[in-house]
Amino acid sequence: MWVYEKKLLYPVEVTTCNPMLARYIMEQYGGADGELAAALRYMNQRYTVPDKVIGLLTDISTEEFSHLEMLATMIYKLTKDASPEQLEKAGLGAHFVNHGHSLFYENAGGVPFTATYIQSKGDPIADLYEDIAAEEKARATYQWLIDISDDPGINDSLRFLRERENIHSLRFREAVEMLKDERDRKKVF
Amino acid sequence: MQHPSYRGSYKPFVSPRDPCPPITVKYFVLPPQIFTNFQQPGLPQFSPEEALIHGSLWPQFVDGFFREEGIS
Repeated sequence: MWVYEKKLLYPVEVTTCNPMLARYIMEQYGGADGELAAALRYMNQRYTVPDKVIGLLTDISTEEFSHLEMLATMIYKLTKDASPEQLEKAGLGAHFVNHGHSLFYENAGGVPFTATYIQSKGDPIADLYEDIAAEEKARATYQWLIDISDDPGINDSLRFLRERENIHSLRFREAVEMLKDERDRKKVF
Repeated sequence: MQHPSYRGSYKPFVSPRDPCPPITVKYFVLPPQIFTNFQQPGLPQFSPEEALIHGSLWPQFVDGFFREEGIS
Protein backbone atom coordinates (compact mmCIF):
# COMPACT_ATOMS: atom_id res chain seq x y z
CA MET A 1 0.00 0.00 0.00
CA TRP A 2 1.16 3.51 -0.63
CA VAL A 3 0.46 6.86 0.89
CA TYR A 4 0.44 9.64 -1.65
CA GLU A 5 1.65 13.11 -0.82
CA LYS A 6 0.35 15.70 -3.21
CA LYS A 7 3.68 17.35 -3.87
CA LEU A 8 6.80 16.67 -5.88
CA LEU A 9 9.87 15.04 -4.38
CA TYR A 10 11.91 18.03 -5.54
CA PRO A 11 10.66 21.25 -7.14
CA VAL A 12 10.38 21.40 -10.91
CA GLU A 13 10.80 24.83 -12.40
CA VAL A 14 10.59 25.44 -16.11
CA THR A 15 11.92 28.78 -17.28
CA THR A 16 11.62 28.59 -21.07
CA CYS A 17 9.13 27.21 -23.58
CA ASN A 18 11.11 24.37 -25.10
CA PRO A 19 9.17 21.36 -26.49
CA MET A 20 12.38 19.95 -27.95
CA LEU A 21 13.74 19.54 -24.42
CA ALA A 22 10.53 17.73 -23.46
CA ARG A 23 11.22 15.23 -26.20
CA TYR A 24 14.74 14.61 -24.89
CA ILE A 25 13.53 14.22 -21.30
CA MET A 26 11.16 11.49 -22.53
CA GLU A 27 14.25 9.28 -22.75
CA GLN A 28 14.22 9.18 -18.94
CA TYR A 29 10.43 8.92 -18.83
CA GLY A 30 9.73 5.92 -21.05
CA GLY A 31 13.19 4.88 -22.24
CA ALA A 32 15.15 1.70 -21.56
CA ASP A 33 17.16 3.23 -18.73
CA GLY A 34 14.40 5.53 -17.55
CA GLU A 35 12.52 5.88 -14.30
CA LEU A 36 9.54 3.78 -15.37
CA ALA A 37 11.80 0.87 -16.26
CA ALA A 38 13.63 1.28 -12.96
CA ALA A 39 10.48 1.48 -10.82
CA LEU A 40 8.86 -1.53 -12.48
CA ARG A 41 12.08 -3.54 -12.40
CA TYR A 42 12.67 -3.14 -8.67
CA MET A 43 9.02 -3.47 -7.67
CA ASN A 44 8.90 -6.82 -9.44
CA GLN A 45 12.30 -8.21 -8.43
CA ARG A 46 11.57 -7.45 -4.78
CA TYR A 47 9.45 -10.56 -4.33
CA THR A 48 12.23 -13.05 -5.00
CA VAL A 49 15.29 -11.45 -3.43
CA PRO A 50 16.53 -12.44 0.05
CA ASP A 51 14.45 -10.94 2.86
CA LYS A 52 17.26 -8.59 3.90
CA VAL A 53 17.05 -6.57 0.68
CA ILE A 54 13.32 -6.66 -0.09
CA GLY A 55 12.78 -3.36 1.71
CA LEU A 56 15.58 -1.68 -0.21
CA LEU A 57 14.09 -2.60 -3.58
CA THR A 58 10.61 -1.53 -2.49
CA ASP A 59 11.90 1.80 -1.18
CA ILE A 60 13.98 2.61 -4.25
CA SER A 61 11.17 1.56 -6.57
CA THR A 62 8.83 3.90 -4.72
CA GLU A 63 11.33 6.73 -5.05
CA GLU A 64 11.67 6.03 -8.78
CA PHE A 65 7.94 6.56 -9.13
CA SER A 66 8.35 9.96 -7.49
CA HIS A 67 11.11 10.71 -10.02
CA LEU A 68 8.75 9.67 -12.80
CA GLU A 69 6.28 12.18 -11.45
CA MET A 70 8.90 14.94 -11.63
CA LEU A 71 9.76 14.05 -15.22
CA ALA A 72 6.08 13.97 -16.15
CA THR A 73 5.75 17.46 -14.68
CA MET A 74 8.70 18.70 -16.74
CA ILE A 75 7.39 17.19 -19.97
CA TYR A 76 3.90 18.47 -19.32
CA LYS A 77 5.05 22.00 -18.56
CA LEU A 78 7.34 22.10 -21.57
CA THR A 79 4.63 21.01 -24.02
CA LYS A 80 1.22 21.98 -22.64
CA ASP A 81 0.94 25.30 -24.47
CA ALA A 82 2.86 24.39 -27.60
CA SER A 83 1.03 24.62 -30.92
CA PRO A 84 1.00 21.61 -33.25
CA GLU A 85 3.49 23.51 -35.42
CA GLN A 86 5.84 24.02 -32.48
CA LEU A 87 5.56 20.38 -31.53
CA GLU A 88 6.28 19.35 -35.10
CA LYS A 89 9.35 21.58 -35.18
CA ALA A 90 10.50 19.94 -31.94
CA GLY A 91 10.24 16.52 -33.53
CA LEU A 92 7.03 15.71 -31.68
CA GLY A 93 4.74 15.77 -34.73
CA ALA A 94 4.25 12.01 -34.69
CA HIS A 95 3.71 12.13 -30.94
CA PHE A 96 1.03 14.82 -31.35
CA VAL A 97 -0.78 12.86 -34.05
CA ASN A 98 -0.91 9.77 -31.82
CA HIS A 99 -1.26 11.28 -28.36
CA GLY A 100 -2.25 14.93 -28.70
CA HIS A 101 -0.92 16.96 -25.80
CA SER A 102 -0.94 13.95 -23.50
CA LEU A 103 2.18 12.27 -22.21
CA PHE A 104 3.13 8.78 -23.21
CA TYR A 105 5.75 6.25 -22.14
CA GLU A 106 8.16 6.41 -25.02
CA ASN A 107 11.79 7.32 -25.44
CA ALA A 108 13.30 10.38 -27.11
CA GLY A 109 13.10 8.60 -30.45
CA GLY A 110 9.39 7.85 -30.04
CA VAL A 111 9.81 4.14 -29.37
CA PRO A 112 7.09 3.04 -26.93
CA PHE A 113 8.02 1.49 -23.60
CA THR A 114 8.33 -2.27 -23.52
CA ALA A 115 8.78 -4.77 -20.69
CA THR A 116 11.74 -6.17 -22.63
CA TYR A 117 13.72 -3.24 -21.20
CA ILE A 118 13.70 -4.94 -17.82
CA GLN A 119 14.49 -8.34 -16.43
CA SER A 120 13.89 -10.41 -13.35
CA LYS A 121 16.19 -13.38 -13.21
CA GLY A 122 15.32 -14.86 -9.85
CA ASP A 123 19.02 -14.92 -8.96
CA PRO A 124 19.81 -12.24 -6.37
CA ILE A 125 23.28 -11.42 -7.70
CA ALA A 126 22.14 -11.27 -11.33
CA ASP A 127 19.21 -9.02 -10.39
CA LEU A 128 21.21 -6.66 -8.17
CA TYR A 129 23.98 -6.29 -10.75
CA GLU A 130 21.34 -5.40 -13.34
CA ASP A 131 20.01 -2.81 -10.91
CA ILE A 132 23.47 -1.31 -10.37
CA ALA A 133 24.01 -1.12 -14.15
CA ALA A 134 20.58 0.48 -14.57
CA GLU A 135 21.43 3.21 -12.07
CA GLU A 136 24.72 4.01 -13.79
CA LYS A 137 23.02 4.15 -17.18
CA ALA A 138 20.36 6.46 -15.79
CA ARG A 139 23.09 8.64 -14.29
CA ALA A 140 24.79 8.88 -17.68
CA THR A 141 21.49 9.73 -19.37
CA TYR A 142 20.94 12.57 -16.90
CA GLN A 143 24.44 13.83 -17.67
CA TRP A 144 23.70 14.03 -21.40
CA LEU A 145 20.34 15.65 -20.68
CA ILE A 146 22.04 18.31 -18.55
CA ASP A 147 24.61 18.79 -21.32
CA ILE A 148 21.94 19.34 -23.96
CA SER A 149 19.61 21.50 -21.84
CA ASP A 150 20.13 25.24 -21.32
CA ASP A 151 17.17 25.63 -18.95
CA PRO A 152 18.59 26.40 -15.48
CA GLY A 153 15.37 25.35 -13.73
CA ILE A 154 15.21 21.99 -15.48
CA ASN A 155 18.92 21.44 -15.00
CA ASP A 156 18.59 21.95 -11.26
CA SER A 157 15.97 19.20 -11.07
CA LEU A 158 18.00 16.94 -13.39
CA ARG A 159 21.07 17.45 -11.22
CA PHE A 160 19.05 16.34 -8.19
CA LEU A 161 17.78 13.26 -10.04
CA ARG A 162 21.28 12.38 -11.23
CA GLU A 163 22.61 12.47 -7.69
CA ARG A 164 19.83 10.13 -6.55
CA GLU A 165 21.01 7.57 -9.13
CA ASN A 166 24.46 7.65 -7.52
CA ILE A 167 23.01 6.94 -4.11
CA HIS A 168 20.80 4.14 -5.41
CA SER A 169 23.79 2.53 -7.10
CA LEU A 170 25.66 2.64 -3.80
CA ARG A 171 22.72 1.11 -1.91
CA PHE A 172 22.45 -1.73 -4.41
CA ARG A 173 26.18 -2.37 -4.14
CA GLU A 174 25.81 -2.43 -0.35
CA ALA A 175 23.01 -4.97 -0.83
CA VAL A 176 25.42 -7.18 -2.78
CA GLU A 177 27.93 -6.88 0.06
CA MET A 178 25.24 -7.85 2.58
CA LEU A 179 24.47 -10.97 0.55
CA LYS A 180 28.18 -11.78 0.22
CA ASP A 181 28.33 -11.74 4.02
CA GLU A 182 25.81 -14.58 3.99
CA ARG A 183 28.40 -16.82 2.38
CA ASP A 184 28.80 -20.04 4.33
CA ARG A 185 27.45 -18.41 7.43
CA LYS A 186 26.72 -21.05 10.00
CA LYS A 187 23.08 -20.68 10.81
CA VAL A 188 20.71 -22.65 12.96
CA PHE A 189 17.47 -23.21 11.12
CA MET B 1 33.71 -29.14 -5.29
CA GLN B 2 33.24 -27.99 -1.70
CA HIS B 3 29.48 -27.63 -1.70
CA PRO B 4 28.24 -24.63 0.24
CA SER B 5 31.36 -22.56 -0.37
CA TYR B 6 29.77 -20.16 -2.85
CA ARG B 7 26.22 -20.21 -1.58
CA GLY B 8 24.15 -18.00 0.65
CA SER B 9 20.90 -18.73 2.38
CA TYR B 10 18.02 -16.97 4.04
CA LYS B 11 14.77 -17.78 5.76
CA PRO B 12 11.91 -16.30 3.80
CA PHE B 13 8.81 -15.12 5.57
CA VAL B 14 6.41 -17.99 6.06
CA SER B 15 2.74 -17.30 6.59
CA PRO B 16 0.44 -19.74 8.36
CA ARG B 17 -1.87 -19.11 5.40
CA ASP B 18 0.63 -20.12 2.70
CA PRO B 19 -1.28 -22.28 0.22
CA CYS B 20 1.65 -24.59 -0.57
CA PRO B 21 3.94 -26.35 1.91
CA PRO B 22 6.47 -23.58 2.64
CA ILE B 23 10.16 -23.78 1.83
CA THR B 24 11.70 -22.55 5.05
CA VAL B 25 15.25 -21.99 3.82
CA LYS B 26 16.11 -20.60 0.41
CA TYR B 27 19.57 -20.94 -1.07
CA PHE B 28 21.14 -18.68 -3.66
CA VAL B 29 24.40 -18.59 -5.58
CA LEU B 30 27.20 -16.20 -4.68
CA PRO B 31 29.41 -16.81 -7.70
CA PRO B 32 33.15 -16.84 -6.93
CA GLN B 33 34.08 -13.93 -9.20
CA ILE B 34 32.16 -11.40 -7.09
CA PHE B 35 34.67 -11.94 -4.27
CA THR B 36 37.58 -10.87 -6.47
CA ASN B 37 37.91 -7.28 -7.59
CA PHE B 38 41.11 -7.76 -9.53
CA GLN B 39 42.67 -11.14 -10.10
CA GLN B 40 46.02 -11.65 -8.40
CA PRO B 41 48.86 -13.17 -10.42
CA GLY B 42 50.15 -16.60 -9.55
CA LEU B 43 46.89 -18.24 -8.45
CA PRO B 44 46.86 -22.04 -8.25
CA GLN B 45 45.96 -23.58 -11.58
CA PHE B 46 44.20 -26.67 -12.85
CA SER B 47 45.99 -28.97 -15.22
CA PRO B 48 45.09 -28.12 -18.84
CA GLU B 49 42.80 -31.16 -18.99
CA GLU B 50 40.94 -30.19 -15.81
CA ALA B 51 40.73 -26.58 -16.95
CA LEU B 52 38.97 -27.69 -20.12
CA ILE B 53 36.42 -29.58 -18.08
CA HIS B 54 35.80 -26.81 -15.55
CA GLY B 55 35.86 -23.86 -17.96
CA SER B 56 38.45 -21.99 -15.91
CA LEU B 57 42.18 -22.32 -15.45
CA TRP B 58 41.85 -21.31 -11.81
CA PRO B 59 40.00 -23.39 -9.21
CA GLN B 60 39.25 -20.16 -7.32
CA PHE B 61 36.66 -19.23 -9.93
CA VAL B 62 34.89 -22.58 -10.13
CA ASP B 63 31.94 -23.19 -7.85
CA GLY B 64 30.62 -26.39 -9.35
CA PHE B 65 26.90 -25.71 -9.61
CA PHE B 66 24.86 -28.89 -9.87
CA ARG B 67 21.15 -29.42 -10.03
CA GLU B 68 20.92 -31.57 -6.91
CA GLU B 69 21.66 -28.50 -4.83
CA GLY B 70 18.06 -27.50 -5.35
CA ILE B 71 18.65 -23.81 -6.01
CA SER B 72 15.71 -22.44 -7.94
